[in-house]
Amino acid sequence: MSPRPGFVLDVDGSTPPLLMWNGEGYQLDRLPEGSRVLYPPEPLAALDDPVAAIRRALREPLGESRPLGELLRPGMRLTICFDDISLPLPPMRAPDARQLVIEEVLEMAAAAGVDDVVLVAALALHRRMTESELRHALGDRVYEAFAPHGLLTQHDAEDPDNLIDLGVTEHGEEVEINKRAATSDLLVYVNINLVAMDGGHKSVATGLASYRSLRHHHNPQTMRHSRSFMDQPSSELHSSNWRMGRLIAASGVKVFQIETTLNTDAFPEQFRFLQRREWEWSWRDRAAFAASSAAMSGAPPRIVRQILHAIRAPQAMTSVQAGEVEAVHEVTTRNVWAQQGVEIEGQADILSLALPYICPYNVNSIMNPILVACLGLGYFFNLYRGRPLVREGGVVILRHPTRWEFHPAHHPSYIDFFDQVLAATTDPVEMHKKYEEGYATDPWYVHLYRTGHAYHGVHPFYMWYWCAHALEHVGRVVIVGGDPAAVRRMGFSPASTLQDALEMASDVVGPSPTLTHVHVPPLLMADVR
Amino acid sequence: MRLPRATFPLAPPTWPAGVPRPAPERRVGLDYDHDWSRRYPARLVRAAVLDNVTRPLAQLVTPTTVRGREHLRHIEPPMIFVANHTSHIDTPLFLTTLPVDLRHRTVVAAASDYFFDRTWKSVLWSLSLAAIPIERNRLNRRSADVATGLVEDGWNLVIFPEGGRSPDGWLQEFRGGAAYLARRTGRPVVPVHIDGTRDALAKDPETADRPPGGSGTEGRHTARLRRAPATVTFGPALEPQEGEDARRLAARIERAVSVLGAEARSDWWTARRLQAEGTLPDPRGPAASPWRRAWALGPRREPGQVERRARGAAEPRTERSRWPDLRPRGRGGSRRQRGQRAVTG
Repeated sequence: MSPRPGFVLDVDGSTPPLLMWNGEGYQLDRLPEGSRVLYPPEPLAALDDPVAAIRRALREPLGESRPLGELLRPGMRLTICFDDISLPLPPMRAPDARQLVIEEVLEMAAAAGVDDVVLVAALALHRRMTESELRHALGDRVYEAFAPHGLLTQHDAEDPDNLIDLGVTEHGEEVEINKRAATSDLLVYVNINLVAMDGGHKSVATGLASYRSLRHHHNPQTMRHSRSFMDQPSSELHSSNWRMGRLIAASGVKVFQIETTLNTDAFPEQFRFLQRREWEWSWRDRAAFAASSAAMSGAPPRIVRQILHAIRAPQAMTSVQAGEVEAVHEVTTRNVWAQQGVEIEGQADILSLALPYICPYNVNSIMNPILVACLGLGYFFNLYRGRPLVREGGVVILRHPTRWEFHPAHHPSYIDFFDQVLAATTDPVEMHKKYEEGYATDPWYVHLYRTGHAYHGVHPFYMWYWCAHALEHVGRVVIVGGDPAAVRRMGFSPASTLQDALEMASDVVGPSPTLTHVHVPPLLMADVR
Repeated sequence: MRLPRATFPLAPPTWPAGVPRPAPERRVGLDYDHDWSRRYPARLVRAAVLDNVTRPLAQLVTPTTVRGREHLRHIEPPMIFVANHTSHIDTPLFLTTLPVDLRHRTVVAAASDYFFDRTWKSVLWSLSLAAIPIERNRLNRRSADVATGLVEDGWNLVIFPEGGRSPDGWLQEFRGGAAYLARRTGRPVVPVHIDGTRDALAKDPETADRPPGGSGTEGRHTARLRRAPATVTFGPALEPQEGEDARRLAARIERAVSVLGAEARSDWWTARRLQAEGTLPDPRGPAASPWRRAWALGPRREPGQVERRARGAAEPRTERSRWPDLRPRGRGGSRRQRGQRAVTG
């Protein structure tokens, strides 16, 4: 049976309570009658033989690109870059898509006699990956062939010796990227496309860039003019990356892009109820829900977090395409929409989002309050094409415990940002002007970023900028179940229950508001008509 | 004190009014997965039940005379058994008459719409009789593939090619499925005639084909299980011949079963002579009204009354036909033979 498309449920008296994520836990709750719920499409069928599909993609590239085999020759410099730990979510079951692709690329490189090969994790300003994370993404065979010889590297956006300035775009954007990648005879980029925003020129122009380069599009103005990130023609973030990518190509950097799409099979069999429609739950699903939610509510958060972060998604590859960047990304984007697109008519007064335990920046880590805001207002709010799901001046209700809790090794600058910057202002533009540069150039944060596993000092600003469009668009943000102090620090309103949140929302949008709830994960993208 | 009513998730969820309910996914009928019934645990259970429960019960309800079993000794399995069908008792009775080495390596083709329309029925018949679902109303590639695969895997197959139990006790036209499978697998067909089981348990008149009209009292009749003697007659194997298509082979099989029917009602020699003379009783019964067809079958036999009259021997009183002669006068057929025709089938 082919997978069912996503759909919009009109909540009525016969609708059962719906599953709502609540950080590191989940619960069942009722929505008011008349609400609408967006359900994602079911996972698409996986490729029967992904390795054969990869080989075919490398042999028959898209756009103006020759097959990879013809681009490889003895004596050349080859750099293979790959997406970092932030993709996919949750981390996929081994073998990772990156491993499958890179092994095929390396097979061809070995056959062609290419000796000078370096692998680079395209971190941008993200934290460095640990050995186990690298092994998971690349597989032991690749890791052990390259890491011991120093040929498996992680992009360092603060290493002046390994950055190269390629010039300035027509919009005055400086383009500075990884020197090894830029000076190679061939740069092969291996991507995982989880949402429509990923991939394309963004892979190199963002993933291998320095702060000097990134600041041109990771700022409040660009974010506010990206409506949304997922809708490429309407995204200033996309446009900026495309300008930079074209400049990179014009500078003589030869990029062979390999993009993969995954289906939305996000949870293993024992958690299958998490992506089933509640009225279709079998006794097994109900038992699994009851047992797991009871266990999680009784266990210490640290243990629950470890269990949840140990989940490996059975996501499978649905497509792979390779060749010239823009031609490849066009096909990739189409495939992503085929998996995630859901049509809905009209906006609502209230948008309800139940947030899970994971976002791109807390894999094997803690989801701190800034990441809660970023996941809700930066990512989920922006999962639309056309118009936002909530009307201008409407209310966003998030559900998350929002604990005042930070990972000191992964998010050191977040702690200070939360204590100092957000205490002073929640306005992205103001903090951009007053505080960003100080955090971005702080030697301690730079040191932690370069030598430890810390996100760059400027990263919490970027997380807040991701929210800029939502913060400008909505009249109020309410967090159900959130730590009141942490929620208020961010300028949002805490509420104990959904009912309380709805009452608070009615102060802004008036009585009898319309409500749309997005049932994620798995991810969906709303096509709002 | 009343206990509080369980709610979701302890109780099953309610179904939103705006969401159409899909047809429940049922893995029954032709889709039923019956592989498990041929694995060793199921075979062990089936063997125990067949040998220790079904066999004594079958003997109790239908004391059975088995004829021609010696033919089976000369056939290399697997083989395809083709039998007439008048009663639900036929299958278990037939299985219990097979030699042990064949009995536990035999599957039965059963109508998917009748025996496999519910999960519990599918499980029951798969386990107890090694039944496999087949499409009986039209040729179905999937049914044919499954049956062929099983025969090729060494399983003997039982087919009732009439497509269902006879509504009135007379033989119905044989369909081509068995012949098709025999041709496809190249395995021999063993014709079998089962006689007398209808007296023990006939097809329920409710479900029998009846002409329109009637007194309106027909529905009061229901099939009852009664004790009655039965005869199972095995014939020599039929091999598909070079150039013989399925239709011709099906006709040959039907003729062979008809001869066995005559043999069950007389004796081997009489049946052969009638066949040689071309005066075999018409196994399909007279082209007459339903009551006359029923009448022509003769009276119901009682337990102990197993022996049949031989041609030329004194006719037992209990088996005297109540309808003297329905068959058009045939070539060389004596009045006595014609009288016998009326009680065979």
